[in-house]
Amino acid sequence: MAGASARFGIVVFPGSNCEYDTFHALSTFYRTEPFYLWHKDHDLKGADCIVLPGGFSYGDYLRTGAIARFSPIMQEVAAFAQNGGLVLGICNGFQTLTEAHLLHGALRRNRGLRFICHPQYLRVERTDTPFTTGMEVGQVIQVPVNHNEGNWTAGAESLQEIEQKGLVAFRYCDAEGKVTDEANPNGATDNVAGILSESLNVLGMMPHPERVCEGLVGGIDGRAIFDSIIEYVLQKRVS
Amino acid sequence: MYRVSVYVTPKHGVVDPQGAVIERALPALGHSTAGNIRVGRYITLDVEGNDSDKVKADVDDMCRRLLANTIIEDYRFDIVPTGEEA
Repeated sequence: MAGASARFGIVVFPGSNCEYDTFHALSTFYRTEPFYLWHKDHDLKGADCIVLPGGFSYGDYLRTGAIARFSPIMQEVAAFAQNGGLVLGICNGFQTLTEAHLLHGALRRNRGLRFICHPQYLRVERTDTPFTTGMEVGQVIQVPVNHNEGNWTAGAESLQEIEQKGLVAFRYCDAEGKVTDEANPNGATDNVAGILSESLNVLGMMPHPERVCEGLVGGIDGRAIFDSIIEYVLQKRVS
Repeated sequence: MYRVSVYVTPKHGVVDPQGAVIERALPALGHSTAGNIRVGRYITLDVEGNDSDKVKADVDDMCRRLLANTIIEDYRFDIVPTGEEA
């Protein structure tokens, strides 16, 4: 069927800087036809999945993602998410999704106040989501982190709800999959690296899967996430 | 017109990495008496209006929706009339 590939819309805010990496990964390794969506637009152009990329939207002024969440297109992104559309927020995109209250919690300065940039092991916590099919629970993947404000936390009530509903997608871990404080790069509560919305169609994560889609640059573990999204979208289209 | 001062601070119980680092730095200067250091944000703004209750309600809305992230931060504010007509 013509145009059968998943349609990814990548939102560009002033100060985003990972939109090209995401576009490159999706167009080079998947031959999907991703497209950019300018933050002032109101049209998601028929996207199956919206990606909020990494970067420093609005210079990280006030708080990371705090201004981006009021960008015009975020109204459409919120409505899209509420209707079950897939939204993936990476790094600054994750920060923006929490500020927009599409995901639980908030992201603070890293423990130790250092900007961190290194490969990071993650443990997959659940696989019955549009973003993680094809993985195994407890599987360890290696995806780079690259941030200053990745120290996720949430209020006590939210934390309880997140655990009860199993909304954690990935936790920081060591090479063996052990979730320890030593393996926690930024002080995030319960080693949370990525969380899901209650309806599982919104994922926010600090690590950058778009940067590990090619062996040449250090790994292909990020592909599992895009593989999963594409499979989900195509299956949904058939059914 | 009112001059408004907004104070945004980390919620009680929320770890404050900046405060923790300052707390470790001060003893190096010979100050071993300081503890429980919390780093926040101080914002000033002028708000038009003659009705202090209306100004307070507006500023509260600004704080709740933008100036503070109430998941991790508390806020409080003072308002002082500037004597200028709005």
